Amino acid sequence: MSDTRTIIEIENLTKAYGYLPVLKRLSLVVDRGQFVGLLGANGSGKSTLLRLLSGLSKPTAGNIRVGGWQMPQEANAVRAQIGMVSHKSLLYDNLTARENLAFFSRLYGISDSTLLDNLLKRVGLEKRAHSLVRTFSRGMQQRLSIARALLHNPHVLLFDEPYTGLDQDAAAVLDDLLLQAHADGHTILMATHQLERAARLTNRIVILNRGTVAFDDVPPAPEKLAVLYADATGTVTAR
Amino acid sequence: MNGAFVRVFIAILNKDLRAELRSRELVATMLLFALLSILAFSFALELDSGARTEAVSGVLWVTIIFGSILGLNRSMAMERENGSMDAMLLAPISRGALYLGKLFANYVFTLAVGILLLPLMTVLYNTNVFSPVIILIMFLGTLGISTTGTLLAAMTVQTRAREALLPIAMLPVVLPVLLAAVNGTTGAINNNPQQPYDLWLQILIAVDLVYLVLCYWMFSYVVEE
Repeated sequence: MSDTRTIIEIENLTKAYGYLPVLKRLSLVVDRGQFVGLLGANGSGKSTLLRLLSGLSKPTAGNIRVGGWQMPQEANAVRAQIGMVSHKSLLYDNLTARENLAFFSRLYGISDSTLLDNLLKRVGLEKRAHSLVRTFSRGMQQRLSIARALLHNPHVLLFDEPYTGLDQDAAAVLDDLLLQAHADGHTILMATHQLERAARLTNRIVILNRGTVAFDDVPPAPEKLAVLYADATGTVTAR
Repeated sequence: MNGAFVRVFIAILNKDLRAELRSRELVATMLLFALLSILAFSFALELDSGARTEAVSGVLWVTIIFGSILGLNRSMAMERENGSMDAMLLAPISRGALYLGKLFANYVFTLAVGILLLPLMTVLYNTNVFSPVIILIMFLGTLGISTTGTLLAAMTVQTRAREALLPIAMLPVVLPVLLAAVNGTTGAINNNPQQPYDLWLQILIAVDLVYLVLCYWMFSYVVEE
């Protein structure tokens, strides 16, 4: 029986593409309200883990439970609890910001149009609500992507390298949105290569190396995290 | 089919039509290709007016199929470019509703191009193909093309060589539709009792239904890993 504090339970999770294993018997438990930074070199399995959690990919072996629902058997119940932001915008360029949110709200069965305006305001895009997404900067697209992920007020938010392509100002705005989402009670898993940012924003660091958990603890100071990361992954990284 | 299914179907259809009305990317590409093709065929067959009349239904349907391949490739590529297909798959929605939404959007675009070609071919080939029966065959033939094309485009768009793979995968599968549509159109043009079009219409309806059921069922396996 799972603990009510627990929102994500991953047990002996294995994912292989053909004969190539990406995740190897990985186990992880995430409590409600945690902000987990997923670190690891390219190919370590971070994105694969997030795709498995979101139901975009199916495990080769092992169990995933989100909010007590089993993947992939109860995939729709899990999907209703998860919002995802990727390094891609997951938006339609030829629709306006509001039309994008309206479209996705219909998929989730949400009919409250004031919610769309509130979300646009929350991510600072209320003045560009009727502009086409293709006219947006990368930072604006990422903010709209967060609004899309928050539409159905999911318990869990997954971020897959959300800082890719953002300048410093846009990254700082994203920091604020992430912290706000965390303060609102969302459980967050964020895959990133930005060690300093992960150390500053999250309250738990998980380092993956070749498909297994190499480190799992509260975030140390950024300088120490860089050393730990290098030890855990066998790589050298710049902060 | 419940309310949620219909809601998702309409949302996806509406989204695709709205995006296309704004960009006019798919229909413009398909139409331009189709126009150039029938013009090229018209010049190629210019010397022999008899052959041109005989070939008109073949030219019409081959042009529509190749034009639709261009449109289908682009339609699915747009879903993949920003990962928006993933965003739809993240939602707790029926994959069948997703398929039907994409299918009917592609159908509207292909049908529009097909209908627009009819008066043009009537003029260029001096053969009346703008008749109610041929319009009916157009409705059924483009449905068969869109049904298989939407599924196959969803498969091939995940590969690197998608532009080359879609026609290779699609042409053999769509052959029964092509055969029934070409023969039905020829029968309707000639209005010859020896070569009735109604049998081909029935075959076209049967092929459409079989493909619709098969593709609807297979779509979730194609889009979900």
